[in-house]
Amino acid sequence: MKKKWMALIATTFALGTVLVGCGSQSSSSKGTKHSAALVTDGGGIDDKSFNQSAWEGLKSWGKSHNLKKGVNGYNYAQSDDDSDFLPNINKLIKAKYATIFGIGYKLDNAISTSAKENPKTNFAIIDSVVKNRKNVASVTFKTEQSSFLAGVAAAETTKTNKVGFVGGMQSDVIKTFEAGFKQGVKAVNPKIQVDVKYAGSFSKADVGQSLATAMYNNNEDVIFHAAGGTGAGVFTAAKNAAKNGKKVWVIGVDQDQKADGAYKGGNVTLASAVKKVGTAVKDLSNQAMKGKFPGGKTVTYDLKDNGVGLVNDNMSAKAWKVVQNYQQQIESGKIKVSPK
Amino acid sequence: MQIKSLKGLMIPLLSVIAGFLVGAIVMLIFGYDPLQNYINLFIGSLGDIYSIGETLRNMTPLILTALGFAVASKAGFFNIGGPGQYLFGWFGGISFALAFPHLPGLILIIGSLLCGAILGGIWSMIAGVLRAYFGTSEVITTIMLNYISLYFINYAIRSWLAKKGNDSSPNIVAKASLNTPFLKSITNNSTFNWGFFIALVVVVLVWLYFNKTNSGFEIKAVGINETASRYAGVNVKQTIIVAMLISGLLAGLGGAIDGLGNFQNISVSNNLPDVGFNGMAVALLASENPFGIIFAALLFSALQIGGLSISVYSNTPSEIVDIVIASIIFFVGIKYLFEWLLAKKRHHAQTKLSEGGR
Repeated sequence: MKKKWMALIATTFALGTVLVGCGSQSSSSKGTKHSAALVTDGGGIDDKSFNQSAWEGLKSWGKSHNLKKGVNGYNYAQSDDDSDFLPNINKLIKAKYATIFGIGYKLDNAISTSAKENPKTNFAIIDSVVKNRKNVASVTFKTEQSSFLAGVAAAETTKTNKVGFVGGMQSDVIKTFEAGFKQGVKAVNPKIQVDVKYAGSFSKADVGQSLATAMYNNNEDVIFHAAGGTGAGVFTAAKNAAKNGKKVWVIGVDQDQKADGAYKGGNVTLASAVKKVGTAVKDLSNQAMKGKFPGGKTVTYDLKDNGVGLVNDNMSAKAWKVVQNYQQQIESGKIKVSPK
Repeated sequence: MQIKSLKGLMIPLLSVIAGFLVGAIVMLIFGYDPLQNYINLFIGSLGDIYSIGETLRNMTPLILTALGFAVASKAGFFNIGGPGQYLFGWFGGISFALAFPHLPGLILIIGSLLCGAILGGIWSMIAGVLRAYFGTSEVITTIMLNYISLYFINYAIRSWLAKKGNDSSPNIVAKASLNTPFLKSITNNSTFNWGFFIALVVVVLVWLYFNKTNSGFEIKAVGINETASRYAGVNVKQTIIVAMLISGLLAGLGGAIDGLGNFQNISVSNNLPDVGFNGMAVALLASENPFGIIFAALLFSALQIGGLSISVYSNTPSEIVDIVIASIIFFVGIKYLFEWLLAKKRHHAQTKLSEGGR
């Protein structure tokens, strides 16, 4: 009996040694092609929101340069927990990716630390500003501008003069959505009430659903969500209300969320306040490839350069015209939207 | 004795092997190469000094939350409050380090760790007191306390520790960090920290506590039979509270070590930390043996850290590791079925034997 176990243990160890021996992780450099990878902030690359948008940008960049997913091409590392940030970044550095993106402000500490330890690698942080690192490009979005347009769309569409906002967590970034939305509503009609609720999480669809259900029952007929995965619950609530004969709408966020609003008999997505993280990822990868990575700088995307915007999903022609009118005024600087 | 302990080793080993097999089958079904992925997993967790550093760092809080669960479990309580106690420990450690940055390094570290551990302990003790005096099920109270701690600590970070509008605290001063430049330099900039050695010492202390002290013996006695212990003169109420207190102290220490060693700050979290729940799985895999916990924690940690490599070096989604981990936990759960079957078989054989002797 004992011998058998010893044999088993011995085999395990032997196998282990063999496994190390034939490891295939040696990174052979193939030509001068650029490689880039991103680290997610908690959600997966299929979160129908932020991370997915970034990953699609990176994928399209890789495909346009005939790169493959994997070492020497483009790739992602998924973080299940905040403690995965640094190991993920370091694994990508070891696999010799030349440009590494931190998707989301939660990664700013980890990016700052790694950038100091690896001065030859390009880093980019989305939605935050990392100071004093020459190899870090910070990317921010003027989401208050797109949210302003979402507010205009809501104000032009509401029949009850009550609209709602569901946020994920109360952070500086999400506050810009709230502030822009309120200003947009007010610009059209100061009498419309804006009900603001926070779910306290970006990944709790159930909380999003119960918040939104309560809001729709309170006769708020348009809800703008800036809540990532929590927003899926807002869509569910809207579809349930619509099936019961209520006329309600959702304004989506980050990506065009028209598909999320579809149900048998209609669609509840009014519009989507997109934030083109993918475009930013693609731009920066291209710049890095040409040796012009904007390290140490802050790159801002706004309405004018199409980094943020409002996509018309089911708006009336009249409402869409008003939105376009406001868009021109913001782009020309006539209207200034405050991020707070 | 020898045979018994071997048998004790056999079931966890089988669970682990079965878990890997399930993972391999899933990978085959979806057209991924299991051998290549397991090689990447192995190299990604133990293949070089950096990965080893990360794996050891990642197992440190796992050891402590597992020990915490094991202590409560020995007293017969299912303490699901690990995540909340860990959070309180993390919060306590960082708060202390931020509040007294001028203290000398060693005192600052000891103070922070103690502060974290004690907060975790007090938090867990609430469930102990409710159980001892009101008979409230600790399963329910600890689950509820988890949520209270998550939202309370998020609130506390936002309103007391973080700058306005931010959702993470500033970083602690360098001298309070357990991740010293020396350890960083020998492990190629990993987050490996002194906390690992603290955890190993705590393992020995917990073993000594259960095997060499009266208090530890009383906890085990209450776990085996509460009524009998009461008749034997054990103060059951006090023992329950002490068991829950120690359980929380350990999980809290895990949080404080992670705060000082790994994160260097604390930020608002979306969900309860996984390490609190994984600690329960680690303890179950190790049959609540303190030394076994070290190896079970190593396995879980290696799977997690190595798993991050899977998607970097191949097209396989890294979630495959979650399937392996979940399968192992599943088979550990089934282990009780194995044991029950084995015991029944033995019992059957014994009755036959005694009948034959008649």
